[in-house]
Parts: sequence; C-alpha cells; structure tokens
Amino acid sequence: MSSPIVKLVAQRIALGILLLLAVSVLIFAGTQILPGDVAQAILGQSATPESLANLREQLGLNDPALIRYFRWLGGVVTGDLGSAMSSGQDIATSIKGRLWNTLFLAFWAAVVAVPLAIILGLIAVRYRNGWVDKLISGLALASTSFPEFFIGYVLVYFFAVKYQIFPGISTVYDGMPFGERMQAIMLPAAALTLVVLAHMMRMTRAAILNVMQSAYVETAELKGLSAFAVIRRHAFPNAIAPIINVVMLNLAYLIVGVVVVEVIFVYPGMGQYLVDHVTKRDVPVVQAVGLIFAAVYISLNIIADIAAIVANPRLRHPK
Amino acid sequence: MADQRAKSMLLDIRNLRIEATVFPPGEAPKNIVLVHDVSLTLEKGKVLGLIGESGAGKSTIGLASMGYGRGGVRITGGEVMLNGRDILKGGKEGFRKLRGREVCYVAQSAAAAFNPAHRLMDQVVEATLLHGTATRAAAEKRAIALFKKLSLPNPESIGERFPHQVSGGQLQRVMTAMALCSEPDLIVFDEPTTALDVTTQIDVLAAIKDAIRDTHVAALYITHDLAVVAQVSDEIMVLRHGRLVEWGGTRQIIKEPRQEYTNALVSVHEIEHQEQKPGTTPFLSVKNITAAYGRSHIKVLKNVSVDIYPGQTLAVVGESGSGKSTLARAITGLLPPEEGTVTFDGRPLANRLADRPKEDLRQLQMIYQMADVAMNPRQTVGTIIGRPLEFYFGLRGRQRDARVAELLDKIEMGKGFIDRYPAELSGGQKQRVCIARSLAAKPKLIICDEVTSALDPLVANGILKLLLELQKEENVAYLFITHDLATVKSIADSIAVMYRGEVVRYGAKSQVLAPPFDAYTDLLLSSVPEMEIGWLEKAIKGRRMASAGN
Repeated sequence: MSSPIVKLVAQRIALGILLLLAVSVLIFAGTQILPGDVAQAILGQSATPESLANLREQLGLNDPALIRYFRWLGGVVTGDLGSAMSSGQDIATSIKGRLWNTLFLAFWAAVVAVPLAIILGLIAVRYRNGWVDKLISGLALASTSFPEFFIGYVLVYFFAVKYQIFPGISTVYDGMPFGERMQAIMLPAAALTLVVLAHMMRMTRAAILNVMQSAYVETAELKGLSAFAVIRRHAFPNAIAPIINVVMLNLAYLIVGVVVVEVIFVYPGMGQYLVDHVTKRDVPVVQAVGLIFAAVYISLNIIADIAAIVANPRLRHPK
Repeated sequence: MADQRAKSMLLDIRNLRIEATVFPPGEAPKNIVLVHDVSLTLEKGKVLGLIGESGAGKSTIGLASMGYGRGGVRITGGEVMLNGRDILKGGKEGFRKLRGREVCYVAQSAAAAFNPAHRLMDQVVEATLLHGTATRAAAEKRAIALFKKLSLPNPESIGERFPHQVSGGQLQRVMTAMALCSEPDLIVFDEPTTALDVTTQIDVLAAIKDAIRDTHVAALYITHDLAVVAQVSDEIMVLRHGRLVEWGGTRQIIKEPRQEYTNALVSVHEIEHQEQKPGTTPFLSVKNITAAYGRSHIKVLKNVSVDIYPGQTLAVVGESGSGKSTLARAITGLLPPEEGTVTFDGRPLANRLADRPKEDLRQLQMIYQMADVAMNPRQTVGTIIGRPLEFYFGLRGRQRDARVAELLDKIEMGKGFIDRYPAELSGGQKQRVCIARSLAAKPKLIICDEVTSALDPLVANGILKLLLELQKEENVAYLFITHDLATVKSIADSIAVMYRGEVVRYGAKSQVLAPPFDAYTDLLLSSVPEMEIGWLEKAIKGRRMASAGN
C-alpha cells in the first residue's frame, strides 16, 4: 500500500478518535445538565440532608465537573463503566451480554439485508423505468414508510399469532442452542431488514444510475456487453464508494437504532437495556450506553470512509 | 443490381432516418428528426470522413452503423447494410454480436471512455474475449503488438496501468488499439483528436493513419475539422442539419468544393487583420509575475511579463497547462500573484480582487469559453446585460433598457432578444450576449479566455469578426487566450507564446510568426493541420529530421 492511502487512513482514524472524545464531553455535559441529583435519586424523597451530603461525598459529587469527567473517562478507557445506580451491578458486565445479543441480531439482519438491497438495486437499474423497477421501488418505499413498530406488530400478528411459526417474544439466554436462537430472532431480524432495505436499495440504484451516464458505460455497451454485464463490470465498481457509505450508515442504524424493535420483541439487547435505565434515571448506564452507541456509529463511518478511499483507483495506484 | 452493390460494399447505408424525442423546458415533449434520408457506402479498407458542425448528425450516423442511439435517439427508417445484411433487422442480440466484433468505436475523450476502475489491458481485450475470437493470451499478445504499432511507450507494460496513470494522447492511442484488437471490419472514429493539444494531435493522427493502413480496416472518421479529415480520408461527406450537403473524393472537396456551404468550411480561417503598430505606452503592464495555486510550490507562472496597448489585441497561445488562463486570473486579481506587479494606467493594481476599487473592476472584463455556464439560466438577456449597467453606472428603467437595446444592436442580435432566456439561444448567440455584457461596462480591456473554442468553425468566425469590429468602434483592447494558432493569426497584433508557465516567445505578430523560430514555437506552428493532402506526412517527416539534427 502506498503512502497517500496510509496518510489518509491515519487521518480518518485520528479524526474519529477526536470525534469520540468530543462526544464523550457532550454525553457527560448532557447528563450533568439534566435536572435531579444522583444522590437524591438513590436515596429517594425521604432522605435526610445529612445522608444526602454523606452520599454526595462518597460518590465524589462535590468535586468539580472537570475532575469528575476525567475520572469517568479514565474508567471508561480502562474498561470500568461504573456501576448501575438502580441495581448496583457492574455496568460493563451487564452490557457485555446485551451488546453481544444486539450484535448477533444486527449481524443476521445485515447478512440478509445488505446483499438483498444491492441485488435489488442492480435489478432495478437493469430494468430501469420499467415495471420491475417500479415494483421494487414501490415495495421498498412502502416498507420504509411504515414505522418499525407497525411492521413489528404485523409480523407478530401473522407469524406468531395467526400461523405460530416463530415466537412473538424473542427470549434468548446464555447457552441457548444456535438453532433455537436463530428461530427466536427471526421476527426482529425480519423487521429490521424491512426497515433498512429500502434506503440501501434506493441509494444503490441512484449511485449506479449516476455512473450509467458515463462515457465508459457507453464504451462498454459498444463492445457488445450485455446490459447486466455492463452494470456489474463497469458501473458497479465505480459506484462502490457511495454504496458502502449508505450500507455503513444502515449497519450503524441496525445496532444503534434497534431500540424500538428490541422493546417490541422483548429482546434482551442494548436498546432495551437503555430504555429500562432511562426510565429509572440511571445516569451512569445511560452515559455508558450512549458512549458505546457513539463509538459504534463513528467506527462504522470510519470504515466507510476508509473503504471509499481504498476503492478509489487513483489513490490505490498513484501516478 | 442493388444486391451486387451490397456485396462489394462493407457498409451500405440507405435512406437512413433518425429521430429523437426532446423535452424542452416548460413545453410538451416533441419529436425531432436528426438525420434526413442519408445514404452512404464504404468499401472495405477505405476511410470516409464525416464532417459538419455540431448538430449535423455525424456522430448519430456513426453510431447508427453499430445500431446504437444515445439517449432517446431512434433509427426510424432506412437500412444499414453491413457485410451484406441489414443490421437493423437483427434485434438486440444481433447488435451485441456485431458491436466490438465487426464494428468498434473510438470516442472523443478516451480519458472519459476508459473505466477508471480497471487496468487498461483488461479493457483493451474485453471485447475480443467477450466474442470469443481469441484466447486471453493471444488477445494480450495482439494488444501489445498494437501498442507497439501505435508507438506507445513501454508497450509490454502499459496495459498494467490504470487510465489515470497515462496521458490523454496516450489514452487516445490505447483506445485505438482497443478498437483494433478484436480485428473489426469497421472502426468509427468520433472526433478522436479534438480533445488533444495540437502538438499531441499530430502524433495521434499519424499513429491512427498508420494503423488504418497496416490493418486494412475501414473507418468512418467523424470530425468538425476539415484539415484533419483531409489527412486521413479517401472520401469526405459534408453534412449539415442532418442532411447530405456534398460527398466526394478528398481532393475534390478541399480543392473544388461544389456547394457553397463546403466552400465556407474550406475557407473558414481566412479572416484578414492588419497588424497595428504598438503605441508609445502600454496601458496595462504585467511585470515579472510569478504565481502558484494554493500552498503548492509548483509555479504555474514563472516570471511572466507582457504589455497591452490601447485598442490592440495581445494573443496568448499555448497548450493546456501552459499557464494561459492563470495569467488571466493573475491580471484580474482572482489569483493574487506571489511576485511581480500589474500596472494599469501608470499605477499598480491591487493584487487581490477584493482590494480593487469598483472603477478598476469596471476597466477589466472577462469573457469565458463556456458561455452557457457563464450566464444565470434564470435571467433574461435584458437582465444579464443590464446588470453591469446598474452596477457600474447606476442606470435604471428606460435609460437602462435603451442602452441594452443599443448593445444588442452592436452584437448584431437586436432588441427582440431582451426577454429571451439563455436556453433559447444558440451557442454563438450566447457568446454574443456575454460579449455585450462585458462591453456594457465600457472596459479598456476584455480578457477573452478560449471564447471560440467551444463553437463550430463558422460560428467562431462570426464571433472573431464581431470582436474585431467592436475593437475598432470602442477602442477596447483584448487579451485573447487560445490554443488555436489559426485564430491567433486572424486576430492578434502581438503574440505571447507560453510553455510550462513561461513566455517563450513574445513580440509583434509579424515577428513572432516569422523565422527563425525557437524549438517550441516551431513545434507548435508545424503541428497546426493545413488543408492540404499529404500535410501530415510532410510535417512528421520534418519533425523527424529536426530531431535527428538535434
């Protein structure tokens, strides 16, 4: 690999780290601005002023915000996310299992959604402006237009209630056999796929159509290549950067935006964990989950950037 | 009889009619006829030049021989007989079988026609492999032999490169090799040298001509430049507005044109302009200017000095990347020079555009190559020309309209155009409106940056004549930037030849264009195609002798 690529990639990663730090400041500041006091929240309305003061001292709440921020950040960097107020459990331990569950669900949704979206996009370009294109676009648009909870409940109604093929509640537990686990996540994964499919498919279609105007596509047609070979060999490789970008955005959504779907299917992932603790006003958990979501989002976008850089032949093979 | 004719001919187009649907803004879609009943024949191994202005239908006919129509273009009548069969009856599958095998295409801009994502070799042999006429190894061997024939550097390894790693002139040759690789019967060359610098064009032209001769392939050679087509064609067909004007042997067309339109094309460069003696003092002096873009240390202008005299034209000529347009940007203050000064009427001009008073801005106006992007498409001609009148002179209402009408008269368009939008004008009319807009400021100097390069020769001629007339009437000076030496000859009083950011030759027109020449000016002058059969061979031979002498 040549030097311009290494330099650009290093720049992107450094920027990502910087961005993550900025986000951590925002998250910390945001939870500080929120009304209410952790000590008050823990001890409840009936606490005596003395016990409140003691607990504040104990939790270090009397220190300046800057010191508390660095103490928190230092913990995060060393893997110590603190402990949840509501249960007193170590956050890192409880998140580990849930993060894994969320990633498991997101992974299988992505495995279906990404190739399906790209293939549908290619087909839509091949038969552009014909009825196949319109049908694909129409169905995809319809599936994005419905809110995910609606799609979720429709899936539950048909596949769990009416025909009872898949469970309506996606309970998973440690040591669950793979097959059962797959069956459990079938409906939430399907709901997620339907939500992200349209965006990716339409962007794939638009990116390729944009390239289809190029002179080199005409050259390919004038060589006698079939319409599909033109798209696959000549248009697609040049549309890859915008496609990767939208795929990564949607992968990020699969991990960060699953809150509603996890709640509907009572799936023990990060989203549900977050919602539970927001209602309990458990600030340390909200901070930790927020930071993890931000990290996932930023990393995936860095990957998209790097992929777009590497996909550019001008950068890969400099003069 | 007809069948017999068909058998001896490689390509026999009969009464070809081509239509397209256009979607004018704000109107219902309508059908237009691009090609009206054109017939032509081409023997095996011969070259037919198709010539005409834009919109003449030459590319459309060329692509029709491959059964291809750009956008909504449809072949609606006639027959295209190739190797004795009507290809229009073959359907989609038939087209695919002949494209890239019997007929290949060389596009105007090879830089755009090569896929940036694939190596050159993969693209060169793609059609051959697709049609299964050779194995990969055999096809690559053939490609390398063609690279050699087209005198490409490193023929063994150039195929490993990506398009962006190769220069424009080389890409054009690789594209010719790509067309020849599948050993077709016919190649359609669509303006293959138009996008190249004149010094590069001559080599590519010679390479294409040799390759055609050695491989016995037939060719349709499409161009708007009669001098170029005269070098490579056996016959020439002149087209206009999709109709046949004249068809004959190359010698007959350029020596004894029978049609008035052909005659106009042949004699297009014959504008006479008597050189004026420079006055005593220049009103604008560029002294030792050095400039670079951004923070790069690559100097785009190195120590450039030129003078401009009132009411005269300084032509700046050079190939792309020579710094011509950068000089204009430095003078106008768009790119503040790092060193050197621009003196105007005896006082230095501020380096930066933002530091110049309105009066200085008024005195220097610009006209650009692309007239259509230099105008706001949502403003009428009246608004466009009226804007500098308001801005510089505070003219309003009736006074302004009267002056706009006057300017429209000057550019020979008339006040009927006041309410028209740019989209309703032809290319030449758009450029005229831009000229009127710059004149509206009553400037001392108008910088013309390749103002005729995007226009058809006859239209460009009209613009040049207009500029010369306006110069007499208004006593305005021009800094005329161009790559076209023929234009320089017809308009300049003094000439600056630029090469890699430096002025290599500068002086009165008669001096600059008279021997003895420096090496670069000689190369530039000897590269301009002349309308003479055999010019190409002579020029190439002269060049070889010159390089042998060095």
